[in-house]
Amino acid sequence: MRKLLLLSIVLITGVVFAGRLFYLQIYDTSFQKLSENNAIKVIYDYPQRGYIFDRNGKLLVSNQPSYDVMVIPRDVKPLDTLEFCDILKITKEDFKSILNKARIYSPRLPSVVIPQLTKEEYAYLSEKMHKYQGFYIQKRSLRDYQVKHSANVLGYIAEVNNRIIEKNPYYQMGDLIGMQGVESQYEEVLRGVKGVKYIQKDRFNRDIGPYKEGIFDTLPQRGKDITLTIDAELQEYGEQLMVNKRGGIVAIEPATGEILTLITAPYYDPGLLVGRERSKNFTKLYYDTIAKPLFDRGLQGEYPPGSPFKALTALIGLQEEVITTEEKIYCRGGYAYGRGKKLGCHHHTTPLDMVGGIANSCNAYFCTVYKRAIEKYPSPQDGIDNWKGHLESFGLGNYMGYDLPSGRPGKIPDANYYNRIYRYPEYKWYATATISNAIGQGEVLLTPMQMVNLTATIANRGWYYKPHIIKNINTVDTIPQVYTRKNITTINPRYFEPVIEGMFDVYNKGTASHIQIPGIEICGKTGTAENYIRIDGKRMQLTDHSIFVAFAPKDNPKIAIAVFVENGYWGSRWAGRIAGLMIEKYIKGEITRTDLEDFILNGSLEEEYAKPYSNEPFKINI
Amino acid sequence: MAGGKGILKFDWFTIFLYTALVGIGWINIYSASLSDTSSGFFDLEQIYTRQLFFIFLSIVLIIFILAIETKFYERFSSIIYIVSLLSLLGLFVFGKNINGATSWYAFGSFGLQPSEFAKAATALALAKYVSDIQTNVKEFKHQLRTFIIIALPAILIIPQPDPGSALIYLAFIFPLYREGLHFVYLLLGFFAAALFVSTLVFGVVWITLGVLLIAGFLFFKNRKKRPGIFKYIIITTACIGFAFSVNYIFNNVFEQRHRDRFNIVLGKEIDSKGIGYNTNQSEIAIGSGGWTGKGWTQGTQTKGNFVPEQHTDYIFSTVGEEWGFLGSMLVIVLFIALFVRILQLAERQKNQFSRVYGYSVVAILFLHFFVNIGMVTGLFPTVGIPLPFFSYGGSGLWGFTILLFIFIRLDASNYYYT
Repeated sequence: MRKLLLLSIVLITGVVFAGRLFYLQIYDTSFQKLSENNAIKVIYDYPQRGYIFDRNGKLLVSNQPSYDVMVIPRDVKPLDTLEFCDILKITKEDFKSILNKARIYSPRLPSVVIPQLTKEEYAYLSEKMHKYQGFYIQKRSLRDYQVKHSANVLGYIAEVNNRIIEKNPYYQMGDLIGMQGVESQYEEVLRGVKGVKYIQKDRFNRDIGPYKEGIFDTLPQRGKDITLTIDAELQEYGEQLMVNKRGGIVAIEPATGEILTLITAPYYDPGLLVGRERSKNFTKLYYDTIAKPLFDRGLQGEYPPGSPFKALTALIGLQEEVITTEEKIYCRGGYAYGRGKKLGCHHHTTPLDMVGGIANSCNAYFCTVYKRAIEKYPSPQDGIDNWKGHLESFGLGNYMGYDLPSGRPGKIPDANYYNRIYRYPEYKWYATATISNAIGQGEVLLTPMQMVNLTATIANRGWYYKPHIIKNINTVDTIPQVYTRKNITTINPRYFEPVIEGMFDVYNKGTASHIQIPGIEICGKTGTAENYIRIDGKRMQLTDHSIFVAFAPKDNPKIAIAVFVENGYWGSRWAGRIAGLMIEKYIKGEITRTDLEDFILNGSLEEEYAKPYSNEPFKINI
Repeated sequence: MAGGKGILKFDWFTIFLYTALVGIGWINIYSASLSDTSSGFFDLEQIYTRQLFFIFLSIVLIIFILAIETKFYERFSSIIYIVSLLSLLGLFVFGKNINGATSWYAFGSFGLQPSEFAKAATALALAKYVSDIQTNVKEFKHQLRTFIIIALPAILIIPQPDPGSALIYLAFIFPLYREGLHFVYLLLGFFAAALFVSTLVFGVVWITLGVLLIAGFLFFKNRKKRPGIFKYIIITTACIGFAFSVNYIFNNVFEQRHRDRFNIVLGKEIDSKGIGYNTNQSEIAIGSGGWTGKGWTQGTQTKGNFVPEQHTDYIFSTVGEEWGFLGSMLVIVLFIALFVRILQLAERQKNQFSRVYGYSVVAILFLHFFVNIGMVTGLFPTVGIPLPFFSYGGSGLWGFTILLFIFIRLDASNYYYT
């Protein structure tokens, strides 16, 4: 017994230590993490973000150096605080509290004293910096916008938030990421790949050299430059035209689907969202819930398309062979669709054939065609679904698939939708219940982008490329295949000619004849859309939206455009004029109809927009 | 060898274990003390070079020890013991203060730590006294003398202050028990330790109340057997007195750093960046090793110097980090094998002197191992004592080498006359 005591204790101790080691080294894996966290520091080497050019090679976005004043509290020697504060343009109290905060964070690690100095401040400060030990200036890279327009297209960059970090392990706290617009869509192309350096730290958190001689380290790869399909000059001009108005302009090149302009108004200078003032400016824009400058009307605004939609009604009518181009239809001041109900029309000659119907935008004509197209089928459900099928081939009723992060699908109702709202089969419904679809006023909603796409499709006589904003990456034409594949509509190409004739007559002798552009054969279609707003729960009707779609020239079209002016009243009043000016600017490069230009540049709809918020009764459509 | 009839038969297995431990120890000291500003391998400023130098000197020492006649150790044990005590006393006059403890004699850039050699000296003196034909460890008078032999060096070491080294003298209870000391002393030791710890955890007031309660309960339970009330009063008073003296020593004799160390391990303070830092970092280093470790000189915790005193008391954390579970287990197995082997050898000794000495060697080495590994793996309080053969330090290495090889020499003499 006496021989065995120490032996047993020795053996038991061996077993206990083995167990403890097993627990620490094998069972509990949290120590590996802890070790990595406290012994290895990861330093990222951020590459230059790629530049952004317009279709003509004009530089839109580059980078600018930004300078932060940094401090390592431990290295600070006594200094002339008053003079230093004077240079930094801060008060002595602020300076002391900043320094204190830095010291609490870490005496050995750098903290920011003043972020993002301007170039002038930097130039002045860098001369004096040597006097202040422990302080130094650190360079960072920020976006430098060469233009004051296209903020909605370009987007901006900002620090990543927690949600992004959780979703995408590439990003670390403090990294920058593209938000909205092209910056967001082509983030991975523009940002490049950041380099990583692993640094071995000692217990004071000081660097003591590369971890494992740097075998895990990587070099940064510079971001790629991209060229957009945007025409900067046209973009800038369009924004000027939209001053004091709200709405959107979208133009594309029908032959390629390239987006030439994408304008939303009101707009803002992209330079506002850079640097020290970014957060303040963004908040200001974000909380403007009336003018909504961050709302991209060209992509996100869903509106009843109004009369431009009639072109589609005509095309479907022809394809379904329920009307010929020659047949004339009478209009008696509107279209009667059931017991005493009548959809009104404006004054024009009658009867009209197809070209005349489009040129004069006769409601009765298109209601008749629509009703026939639906009633061709045994049930209105089949009729509607067939109708919807045609529209979907134009890219309507769904997201367009363009390469920008924001957008809306619009709405093309189907049989299920009407079954639900009319409570089928309890109650039956017929084509006439959906008759306002004929003239683009019913349940149909389109975004301006969809309107310009259907216009381009008409201009192309039955096909389109998906609209896109990327022209090339690093000057190599490697745009995604989806933008180089033709989408062909369900409408026979030969049916487009009469519709185009009608749209040509809109400019020649129809609703837009007074805003002709000499020397350019423009085909267009005016539109006017009723709209309502809800303020404090009260539904009010506002002045109609002014809508215009057009393409030019008539043969071999170079540009298709959709203009949308909120509460601009009738189509040719604002939208038509703007569309004409834009087309002239793009095709001729100069403006001959300066009378139109003056009207637009000097015109303002601000009074109109103020009406619903004035708390006084107001009149619309004056 | 010194003219005998037979051939000295050294226990090569023990020598092999010793060599393995010293060798592995140096490899880890090399890794733990490797810095980027290395000025060359043969620079005596480098810790690993110095340790290599100490190892070579150990070989010289070993040859001396093995060359000396066995009888020398038995005859001169008292003198060695007294010289050792004098060297400890001399520290109060000539000692050099390093890291807050006056435990060294300084010779240029080297220091000699007499407390490391006092262990072997005490073991010899104890073996000599206990193996004396007139000594009976069952008698109180002899127990008292034995106690004085053990306590004298410990008492001289405590005020250096080096409570860790003093603690090691508790190990001598094992050889005494082997030689017939009553089991009660062992129990008493454990009971005292338990009372010591619970006083620190619960406070002296609660311990007093608890002791009174238990004593009262036992007394009334056994009152039909008419127990001697004085026995109860004496034991109770002794317990309470012990608790109070622990409290007093803890608060007035101990320094704040000792108190902090105890408080951390007893869970009274949870503070990973403050006092518990050492143990916490050591656990992280060991825990991050996994199965096979990060590889020699690849330990990130070791390179970053996160574990303080890593080449001395915390050297095992380097093993854990760089060699993983398998490497750590190898070291543990080597130590256990060494202890078992020495125990085995001690049991087969023909004379009592060698046996007592052998038991003392195992007990001292084992207690170092037990406290050190327990501390490094976060099982015990932080008590600054080295891991034998492993930790950096000339005095330590030589002290343990002398301790072990005197026994190997004693063991070899068993076969001397055959």
